[in-house]
Amino acid sequence: MIPAAFDYVAPKSVDGVVKALSSDADEIKILAGGQSLIPVLRLRLAAPTLLVDLRRIPELTGITEHANALTIGAMTTTAEIARSPLIRQHAAVLASAAHAVADPQVRHRGTLGGALVHADPAGDLPAPVLALDAEFIVAGPQGERVVRAADFFQDMFTTAVSEDELLTTIRVPKHTGWAAQYEKFNRVAQQWAIVAVAATVQVANGVVAEAKVALTNMGLTPLRATEVERALAGQAATVGLVRQAAERADASTHPPVDGNGDVAYRRSLARVLTRRALAKALGLDDN
Amino acid sequence: MPEIEVTVDAVRYHDNVEPRTLLVHYLRDALGKTGTVIGCDTSNCGACTVLLDGLSAKSCTVLAVQADGAEVMTIEGVARKGELHPMQRAFHENHALQCGFCTPGMILQAIDLLRDNPSPTEGEVREGLEGNLCRCTGYHNVVKAVLSVAEGASA
Repeated sequence: MIPAAFDYVAPKSVDGVVKALSSDADEIKILAGGQSLIPVLRLRLAAPTLLVDLRRIPELTGITEHANALTIGAMTTTAEIARSPLIRQHAAVLASAAHAVADPQVRHRGTLGGALVHADPAGDLPAPVLALDAEFIVAGPQGERVVRAADFFQDMFTTAVSEDELLTTIRVPKHTGWAAQYEKFNRVAQQWAIVAVAATVQVANGVVAEAKVALTNMGLTPLRATEVERALAGQAATVGLVRQAAERADASTHPPVDGNGDVAYRRSLARVLTRRALAKALGLDDN
Repeated sequence: MPEIEVTVDAVRYHDNVEPRTLLVHYLRDALGKTGTVIGCDTSNCGACTVLLDGLSAKSCTVLAVQADGAEVMTIEGVARKGELHPMQRAFHENHALQCGFCTPGMILQAIDLLRDNPSPTEGEVREGLEGNLCRCTGYHNVVKAVLSVAEGASA
């Protein structure tokens, strides 16, 4: 299978990309790692007339530590995220989710920014980023703006990034030392999540100080399991608490129906995976 | 058409390519590197795996223009001076193939796996090969072959 013909540019700066995005081409797509876009092009589910490749802009790659946050360039690969000591220390749930993405070959090429802007409801990276209350730095013709995670994911395959903008940086507040687990359920290795749960918990003296839990593929966008978070906060970190809190995981969700499962099945998965994610994160034996 | 400069199996090439050309088609059709095969054409099977700047990648899911300035290693560049690469020899000795179609990608991913983790457990080998499908062997001998080359394996 061969993609339909397109024009191609690879600007050397963010400004160059912004200029290319305002050209009069009929349909423009940004190429990051290409691990979602190229399959779509090959199947001709999309046929852009211009591809704007980000590969020549070194400042879009890398992880930088600041006082209260990490900034991650949009072109940083999933493999780099998975093994980064900074991410493991300050945003462990993102590292855990990065390990669960597809397979090693795809993780070598796929990027954090690409996965987030693609916004596949079954993709693994949106939920942990939502759980971590990340901010998104977006560049466009009017300069830069910052979008909060809660406002970023708008619909299936749709984010707050408009057609004349690009995501340059993901800013993740430090969650230093928070326990974390991304628990993913699928039937076939390397496939998308049927449902998955990103859980990260701050524990002090055996008590949950704060918990953040987000769900993959339980709606058109990743969703925070706010009832679970509230049930956990301030309570002793025990198996009983985890079981009780996880029962609320599917509240206010709108799971899709497909060949992998119906609504009731996905709701059940959300509860079970939330229990497992929390138990694993906290090192509790829930059997 | 954009011009690319790419090193494939230690030979440098300059070529003009159509932007939509997939790396696997460039390797096979322009360079004659037919050792890199096309299996599924849907980014699933891993048969077309090559090393791109030392990291495994599915060459059906990379545009040739994205390889501009990069070094590519295909199955045809793995052997040195007529000597099989240790991973090739291990596949041979452990009967780690039947029809052989997945083997080029399987061997390159196995080489990448040991680069990343020189002494993996059996479970880690299976996980490291999750992006490579084999419809003949049941994977058992593939895993055995990879483990036989791992650091600390008994000869």
